[in-house]
Amino acid sequence: MKPSFPSVACIAWLLMQTTPQAMAQSTAERVLKVSAPWEITALDPSKAGYIFTRLEIAETLVTVDNAGALKPLLAVGWEASKDQLTWRFKLRPAAKFHDGLPVTADAAVKSLERAVTQPGVLRNAGVKRISASGNEVVIELNKPFTALPAFLAHNSTQILAPASYAADGSVKAVIGSGPYKVTQVQAPQSVQAERFAAYDGKAPAIQKISYLSTSRGETRGMLAQSGQADLVFTHDAAAFGRLKQNPTLQFHTLAIPRTIYVKVNAGHPMLGDVRVRQALSLAIDRLAIATAILREPKAAATQVFPPSLDEWHVKGLAPLERNVAHARDLLKAAGFTANANGMLGKDGKPFKITLRTFPDRPELPPMAAALQAQFKEIGVELAVSVTNSSEIPAGHKDGSLELALLARNYSLVPDPMGTLLQDFSSTGGDWGAMGWTSAQIRSSLDAMSASNDTARRSVMRGSIATVLQAELPVIPVAWYQQTATSTKRLSGVSIDPLEISYRISQMSWTK
Amino acid sequence: MTPFWLRWLGSVLGQAAFVAAAVGTLCFFLTRSLPGDMAFRIAAGRYGYDMVNADAAQAVRDELGLDASAWQQLLRWLGDLLQGRLGTSMVSGDSVMSEIAHQLGATLHLSVVAWGLGILLGVMLGTAAAIRGGWTLRLMDALCTLLRASPAFLIGIVLMLYFAVTLQWFPVAGHDEEGSIVLPAFTLALALCAGIAQVVCTRLQRVLRSDAFEYAQTKGLPLGAALWRHAAPAVALPALAYAGVQLVLLVEGVVVVESLFAWPGIGHALLHAVVSRDVPMVQGTALTMGLVFVLLHAAVDLAVKLLDPRQGERDDATWAATQAARQTP
Repeated sequence: MKPSFPSVACIAWLLMQTTPQAMAQSTAERVLKVSAPWEITALDPSKAGYIFTRLEIAETLVTVDNAGALKPLLAVGWEASKDQLTWRFKLRPAAKFHDGLPVTADAAVKSLERAVTQPGVLRNAGVKRISASGNEVVIELNKPFTALPAFLAHNSTQILAPASYAADGSVKAVIGSGPYKVTQVQAPQSVQAERFAAYDGKAPAIQKISYLSTSRGETRGMLAQSGQADLVFTHDAAAFGRLKQNPTLQFHTLAIPRTIYVKVNAGHPMLGDVRVRQALSLAIDRLAIATAILREPKAAATQVFPPSLDEWHVKGLAPLERNVAHARDLLKAAGFTANANGMLGKDGKPFKITLRTFPDRPELPPMAAALQAQFKEIGVELAVSVTNSSEIPAGHKDGSLELALLARNYSLVPDPMGTLLQDFSSTGGDWGAMGWTSAQIRSSLDAMSASNDTARRSVMRGSIATVLQAELPVIPVAWYQQTATSTKRLSGVSIDPLEISYRISQMSWTK
Repeated sequence: MTPFWLRWLGSVLGQAAFVAAAVGTLCFFLTRSLPGDMAFRIAAGRYGYDMVNADAAQAVRDELGLDASAWQQLLRWLGDLLQGRLGTSMVSGDSVMSEIAHQLGATLHLSVVAWGLGILLGVMLGTAAAIRGGWTLRLMDALCTLLRASPAFLIGIVLMLYFAVTLQWFPVAGHDEEGSIVLPAFTLALALCAGIAQVVCTRLQRVLRSDAFEYAQTKGLPLGAALWRHAAPAVALPALAYAGVQLVLLVEGVVVVESLFAWPGIGHALLHAVVSRDVPMVQGTALTMGLVFVLLHAAVDLAVKLLDPRQGERDDATWAATQAARQTP
């Protein structure tokens, strides 16, 4: 049969579409392509604002340096009054918004006032009034709060140009003041940006960047392998081997201040006894979970705070370990007896509990399955419910939650205080304690909020870590590892453990 | 007598109105009956799960008036729909209409290319198998069975792995780059072409065995011409009708394929809207997909009628007969 017209046309069309991906381009025009799972759900700083902070498009008053210490960003510096109630943040005098207008204290006040009304961290800072005074933003507080600068590094406190807001107060465009400015946003998938010529700081070497949100881990892995994306964040553990072997890629893995733990409803009749929580903790084979699921033995948690939280990680604390025999003894002492199958019960009721987890972080469901098997060894029957993440705070609120497996972020703001204040308040926290409270932790957190004394703060931190280790209102399983790949044609690549910035302005093309 | 096209248009509009009301209402109740607290789900969709707490959920509940009764909310939506509005997304706060307008183009682009490609591949495969017979036929049968049994997700991954990673011919994902559409379109097309190939093959085999076709060749027509003149019209009809039915497969495939290839379409939006319980967005996207489906089906129907003159005549004759009967006192 002779080739028909349609088949010839089809082949011709295919050939026309064929373009080699790694085609050489001059480095000036080359677009740095970034891919990560996060979608641009909205332009509002309190929603997907972190994408614009990470791409260095929008700026906050404060940020962190590569070592994780706070440093000024849109502010050149700050000072607090003696009573710690009034804070002054002086703005960079030459800073300009991407629409060409200067960054004024009035504009910053407008953005911050909006941040206080939106769900976000600033609500917990006890802000009384925000005002402009010359080139300074003045924040007055109801009570002393030393972590305020750290809170002002959170993406929900981005300073946007007045023209970013629509008449009803919603955000219609991201007009920031960073080294890159938006050229196109195609929500929810992509953002294109280029160097902002009038940026008042050091001009970045990379001229153009593009961000693509890819929800599937498989897709991200292949984006990195094919060279279509230069910088890819959050890989599936199953792809680690392949990515590490790829000669064109650099594989980064880094402990970040995020801990995977089991949130326990201590108000539940079966889980109220501290010995039960200790027994559950002793049943967990953390090393096996870290090695098999996270592919990183160092990720096995020995306490809540990971070593990357240098100030909070207590080196001398007795590590959480696996000891099945001891776990059985503790449960026996707590009044549980085993039936013929070795499964435990108390007062005629079987020890059967449900653990909720969610698939957004792909390692959580397999970890839940591992816990199910490990708890069974000590006679505890665990049902696993893989659902939406919001079922955890919802279950916390209505009291139906028993156990939850989740990854808690201690760097919502660069200071873990932001998270701890939420998690261990007198009523517990949606992602933290449930049915459990500790006067000692609360007083330590209060004292830390009001004190600048380094030695005293260190003692407080130690006491918080010790109480959590002994009482186990949350049972640590693993320390989260951030993974990323970068092409070897990029230099100056470093990964921010606090996930605040992709640090693209520090990178350059090697060829 | 009402002209044929007017009746056709009337039936399409009727179907569309029914689909709009039914899909919207069904989506509303299905989404609401899903387990989980809506306010928490929406808050998670908006602020990311690290930031979701009872506070954020309460703020969402107050802002969106989620405490209003389901009936009130449904009536409001239906009222809006009558005025041509689809409401605002509970997650992004943008109007559903503008979000859909942005995404529908991408989806239509992908679907039309995939559908065309699927028909093309199916016809080519089916024709080759019917003419050659023997092992080609068996190979096609095996291939079609394999393709029909494979989920679009798997086909997509295999194509990505080979054509994007190994050969580096096409981009892995996204839609801005040259050639971005090739892999997602082929993923959908491969699933579509399997069924069409089988229909074409079976039908064509019957035509090839027929006396009329044998006669055409005996009188000296070359195979190509005989196929075009005598077999094509007979095969086109069932193939096209079948391709119309296959649109369902396409709508289903688009949801998965768009997520896999990061294609900014309506299927991807629907998936995310369901997860974060964005009811107006679910209603809007499902409604649009339903309407597109009705429209494409109507177009296929029309094409079938035009291709097959018997149907049009028969219909017109029946119509005329009924009208005549009515007018008779």
